[in-house]
Amino acid sequence: MEGDAPVCRKRRDPVAKIDLNVDGKAHVIDADPAMPLLYALRDDLGLKNPRFGCGLAQCGACTVLVDGVPMRSCVMPVESMTGRKVTTLAGIQKDGKPHKVQQAFIDEQVPQCGYCLNGWVMTSVALLESNPQPTDAQIREALTGLKCRCGTHISMLRAVKRAAQA
Amino acid sequence: MNIQVNRRSLLAGAGALSVSVVLPGGKARAAVFGADKRPPLIPQNLSSYVSINADGSAVCYWGKMDMGQGTDLGSAQMVAEELDLPIERVAILQGDTGTSVNQGGASGSTGIQMGGTALASAAAEARFQLVQMGSKHLNIPADQLRTENGAVISKADAAKKVTYGELIGGRWFDTQLEWNNQIGNALFVKGAGTRKPVAEHKVIGTSPLRRDVPPKVTGSGDFVVDIKVPGMVHARVIRPPVAGASPVSVDEGSVKDIPGVQIVREQAFLAVVAPREYDVVKAARQLKVTWSDVKPPFPGNAKIYDHIRAAPVLMKGGDKPVGDVEAAFRNAAKVIEATYEWPFQSHASMGPACAVVELKGNGEAVLYTGSQKPHFTAEGAAAMLGLPKDKVRGIWVPGPGCYGRNDAGDAAADAGLIAKLTGKSVRLIYSRADATGWDPKGPASVHKARAAIDKDGNVTAWDFGSKGFSRLDVNSNESAPHDNLAGQMTGVALKPTHIFNTPEESYGFANKRKTWETIPPLLDRASPLRGAHLRDPLGPQIHFASESFIDEAAFATNTDPVAFRMKHLKEPRDLAVVKAAADKAGWQPRTAARKQQTGDVARGQGVAYAQRNGTRVAVVAEVEVNVRSGKVWARKVTVAHDCGIIINPKQLTMTIEGNIAQSLSRCLHEEVKFNDKNVTSVDWETYPILDMVEAPESVEIVLINMPNIAPSGAGEGTMRPFAAAVANAIYDATGVRIRQAPFTPERVKAGFV
Ligand code: FES
Ligand code: FES
Repeated sequence: MEGDAPVCRKRRDPVAKIDLNVDGKAHVIDADPAMPLLYALRDDLGLKNPRFGCGLAQCGACTVLVDGVPMRSCVMPVESMTGRKVTTLAGIQKDGKPHKVQQAFIDEQVPQCGYCLNGWVMTSVALLESNPQPTDAQIREALTGLKCRCGTHISMLRAVKRAAQA
Repeated sequence: MNIQVNRRSLLAGAGALSVSVVLPGGKARAAVFGADKRPPLIPQNLSSYVSINADGSAVCYWGKMDMGQGTDLGSAQMVAEELDLPIERVAILQGDTGTSVNQGGASGSTGIQMGGTALASAAAEARFQLVQMGSKHLNIPADQLRTENGAVISKADAAKKVTYGELIGGRWFDTQLEWNNQIGNALFVKGAGTRKPVAEHKVIGTSPLRRDVPPKVTGSGDFVVDIKVPGMVHARVIRPPVAGASPVSVDEGSVKDIPGVQIVREQAFLAVVAPREYDVVKAARQLKVTWSDVKPPFPGNAKIYDHIRAAPVLMKGGDKPVGDVEAAFRNAAKVIEATYEWPFQSHASMGPACAVVELKGNGEAVLYTGSQKPHFTAEGAAAMLGLPKDKVRGIWVPGPGCYGRNDAGDAAADAGLIAKLTGKSVRLIYSRADATGWDPKGPASVHKARAAIDKDGNVTAWDFGSKGFSRLDVNSNESAPHDNLAGQMTGVALKPTHIFNTPEESYGFANKRKTWETIPPLLDRASPLRGAHLRDPLGPQIHFASESFIDEAAFATNTDPVAFRMKHLKEPRDLAVVKAAADKAGWQPRTAARKQQTGDVARGQGVAYAQRNGTRVAVVAEVEVNVRSGKVWARKVTVAHDCGIIINPKQLTMTIEGNIAQSLSRCLHEEVKFNDKNVTSVDWETYPILDMVEAPESVEIVLINMPNIAPSGAGEGTMRPFAAAVANAIYDATGVRIRQAPFTPERVKAGFV
């Protein structure tokens, strides 16, 4: 009945000072170096997202960008974040304005519960960075593996296409 | 009424509110109307449903909540309509026992059907009262007044007007409504004010955008998991490895390296708490527990249908039979019959349930929950806290999507118990395995259908029977300890309700029988396989069977499946949805499976239809079946949908799209696996759902608006016929009749041999 990624048992310092750069701000936290980044973001920094969905890298609810690449923060040891730039869903806005992917998700009224959004939005942001005009098949491929239990898949495809046009 | 009120008492009244109310501006009132304090929050009071801010905008108070389908917005639109206010000026507060009466929460797709309708009725009365006040204020008889854009205006002279804000802004209505003495979904109230005629609708039928979307998309909104209360500890539960076992001993030393960890144990209930979240994750993982030796309780998923067939019948039911079914079968030239099977399915909500219980230190507590029924859920938490129910305020905060009774109510009761045992405020979140493994399940069932056909190829009798687990092993109403794991694990005996359903349709077969039988739950105590409401309780399973069998009957009588439905359906609205879906989809009539195959890909089209509590839905699915792999792709889906008058076409469309994707997920992938000891579907690998690469290429939705028919629900209707439409399409593509869900590649391939 294991519900989370393996806890690292090789305990060095139980608690260490760890530097984090999140949404452009520098932080120092005291934490178990093996603790997943997700808990640092939520518990130590008090950020509202990303979210815990599985703790197993299976759903994407905890997705953040690490140096621009979508990563599942529920399985990334916080110690591996030193010197890297973490961006959360709240951090992709510019000058208080939603990112174009966020705006497209709003315009298309995508979310139902919205709990899954970190994965879909952040992965779409990264996709459009590397491939600004993706085909339908490329969008599906880029988003494969992410979960949305409310079944907003159809509008998400529309939203990513809309963002690519924006 | 002409009372002088001073500003101080107005302030006191406003202070008692939990919403910000702008105080009245400089304009003096000719008379002072209403109360300065909110009258008691009881169903009879108009103030329990609507109030006017000083700026003339309105707030409505909804004892339901929206799970992301925009039903709060739709209800606010209905209120705005009756109040003659633009929708931007109507706020809706939802799911808080401190601000709204119990309207049953999100339940049975009744958000608009019952929740919105009750609010609209109250709003019509508010408008009536505003006109009465306006009449006094303007000294013009009420029948010579109208309302427009938040003001009461003389019909004869538009210059003579007074705004709602000037009349009662910042104060409270102090009149009563006629209440039907029901709480929950059925609550209804009515006053002297009557609802507007459809011809005058300005807000109903438009598509304003949802207000919860921007904060969700930009990450600024709160979910239950984001709630923090002073002094709270984090908690995780520890469920038994064999269902039904309880902890015999717990090795405290196994977690002593974790700071501040505390073990919470009461009979079979076991949890850990600690000040830091990651520490409870570790503690739950590390804690060594010796469990009692119990006989493995389950048959295993491979044998579940045999188990159901052999199980004793606890309760029988059905619809009133039509004609003489037995005689028709005796006289039949041909009888066809088939059996269909549907597995246990999990809510598998996007995030495991979370609940926060805040102890106020004065014998009161607050529950923050994502449950669909916060009024009842707060009672469930109160029971575990050992507090009277009026001492626990329940506040709904968005949680991961909830489609019936998911794990949220159990989390609330667990958190209540942990708070009681530790004396601390608690934030509990389940692990993924606690959630998928131990959430209440949509029940498994078998369905047997028979049809009698005469020598001319007419269907003369129809006999449909279901046997399965009840949909209410635990009630959706989460208020009683016997319905929650925390209660069940601390010695409260189960109290299942035995209930099943029958197909909802209007086929006019001359002889017709629809029956059901329920069987006992698999375990006599807290069980990970307890039957409960999962989005359209029993609807997908029953209509998968009944609408697949309609297809079989159509082909058995050499009739095209659409033509068969058009021939036998009796209600015009049902005929209309079937026709609309068939037309839109470009239905190609056939009297046998067409088996159109190019290379490895076979293509087919299938239709199915159902009613649901007033709503009617027809689905045409167009699938591609890879005959080598057995994989099914629903390339195109067409839905025709009639749920009476449409409040918000955009949100209705989105709701139907969500139904489509979730239905597809359930019929292609979802089956709770379990061995003799426990559920083994515990995460997204072992309980897969729809992936983006499998989403349909195109979706067409035909909304049929019925302006003169009261709104019915849209949250579940499409779930009903969906699986059958896909199964019927697979048959058209391949000639293989799939009678067991989900339609996995293995199952589809097995049909080819
Ligand atoms: S919570 Fe990280 S992938 Fe699910
Ligand atoms: S919107 Fe609810 S899980 Fe995606």
